[in-house]
Amino acid sequence: MDNTVSVSKEKIDLIKEKAKMSRLETIRLVALAKSGHYGSSFSSSEIFATLYYKVLNYDPKNPKWRSRDRFVMGKGHAAVGAYPVLADVGFFPKEELDTYTQVGSPFGDHPDMNKINGIDFSSGSIGHGLSVGVGMSLGARVDNENYRSYILMGDGELQEGQVWEAAMSAANFKLGNLVAIVDDNKVTVDGVTGELMDINPIKEKWKSFGWNVVEVDGHDVEALVETFDHLPSPGSDVPTAIICDTVAGKGVSFMEHGYEWHVANLGEDDKQKAIEEIKGGF
Amino acid sequence: MGTTTFHKDTWELYKGMEMSKQLTAGETLVKLGKEHPEIVALCADLGKPTRLWDFGKEFPERFFNFGLAEKNMVTAAAGLASTGKTPFIATYASFLGVLAAENIRTAIAYPNLNVRLIGTHTGIAMGFYGTSHHATEDISITRAMANMTVISPADGAALSELIEESVKTYEGPIYFRISRGREEPVYRKEASEVQNKIGQANILRDGTNLTIIACGIEVNEALKAADQLSEEGLSVRVIDMHTIKPMDDEAVYNAAKETGAILTVEEHNVQGGLGSAVAEILMESGINCKFKRHGFHDEYALIGKPYYLYQHYKLNGEGISEVSKEFLNE
Repeated sequence: MDNTVSVSKEKIDLIKEKAKMSRLETIRLVALAKSGHYGSSFSSSEIFATLYYKVLNYDPKNPKWRSRDRFVMGKGHAAVGAYPVLADVGFFPKEELDTYTQVGSPFGDHPDMNKINGIDFSSGSIGHGLSVGVGMSLGARVDNENYRSYILMGDGELQEGQVWEAAMSAANFKLGNLVAIVDDNKVTVDGVTGELMDINPIKEKWKSFGWNVVEVDGHDVEALVETFDHLPSPGSDVPTAIICDTVAGKGVSFMEHGYEWHVANLGEDDKQKAIEEIKGGF
Repeated sequence: MGTTTFHKDTWELYKGMEMSKQLTAGETLVKLGKEHPEIVALCADLGKPTRLWDFGKEFPERFFNFGLAEKNMVTAAAGLASTGKTPFIATYASFLGVLAAENIRTAIAYPNLNVRLIGTHTGIAMGFYGTSHHATEDISITRAMANMTVISPADGAALSELIEESVKTYEGPIYFRISRGREEPVYRKEASEVQNKIGQANILRDGTNLTIIACGIEVNEALKAADQLSEEGLSVRVIDMHTIKPMDDEAVYNAAKETGAILTVEEHNVQGGLGSAVAEILMESGINCKFKRHGFHDEYALIGKPYYLYQHYKLNGEGISEVSKEFLNE
């Protein structure tokens, strides 16, 4: 297997910077709303940045381009971390984000495909995403298109039974053009996933459903790039699940691992502390 | 009624499937499929009752059987629609409009996608299979979803015409509610002119003493009732309100003004169904009119063979005729 990473150090550094940008913007936007999903957005920051600055094929000037790769957030509540990335790559002007969660704004806590360029499917009801991806991947096959559908899910999302209906069907329909990305940040609203309703062993579950499974550190940009670089071709007949070992609230020491920060609002002092920590990097 | 022979009391699934060629969804889609490469069909282990199976035989690459996983099927249809397809889903109404309601609401109705849902074996068509297989809530549920069009065609010919219109000119999600495929025809299958148009009620009999507004298989029973009542000197208008949402308001206004009495008939809970929809329009119109809803009155049906159940609940021609007379004498 070719383990060389296909991008320069500059590109890797750029992705890391964009992940930081996503976190900083999340803090700014949640302050506008006075409540938001820090923890689950921060655990996905490197995933968002790697996808949009390296992996996905898309055209911000033609957001509905039929041959684009699709990206669906099963964990739609992490959208606050994705919006700044979509703005940064040119789907819409950054200033529009200033309306986040205000009455009539296209930007709500969960993303809307009919209001926001770059959002491929509306989400919010946990457990739908992978099924949507199955439909998109079937659509690609019917149209002889070569794109992939990438579906980001939380580990808590795996508690939803529909995810396993979708997993079963993806293997059955031989959807090599479908990629499930599990942001395994190990917490849900009420507590620690493994204690509240244990979904482990995650890897073995996906394997037993007939998926190709890869495990990766979800905050290691080089490792993420390498993983996406070595995906089987979209024409292959086994779907791939990438299990990303992540930390909820990653990048802010007092938020890390804490399910209390799933939905929260930082006070002014903590906000400044969080911003400094994120700028300092990890 | 086709060539199959069976005693009128017979009720078993296989016979039902055999007869359901009348429902014509599959046959119609095979015809449309050649000109419309965007049509795809999805089922959940029940492809035969609406003959979506036929579409699958003709276009195997555009037919997907999801097994017993309705929520996944409905949501995957939404994903397919987002890539420009027009997915048709068919399964029993109890497993579609009821079981998968949240998926229909969130993944199809809210994003306003071109998915066509066909709920079959509605009402008490499944007879002694019991409440799990009955669907007497699906009109209420789907009608409450913004963007959703709700259609209950009277027979196979009507379904066929409405499907064709939906593929050629209609935008947005549609919930079709059809029965078990053993119904006597109301419309001519090979008619040269279009007999059913989305959103336009059909006045099948004119009358002056009473209007019966029905949908689905109750249209034919309403016609039988009108015939019986006419022998007793009553002039009854029969309206096929196949499109429950958006409803043909004018047809309701005119019936209220011209006949002064409206009876709605549906094999559905009267809470939130056709009767409720007509009542809402009537009440807001300010037109004074006698009004009654006939159907299930907030109850789960007994189990039994459908033939007897329709009799028991006065949802056959004779029963509707009785209910009409009682209503007019109230």
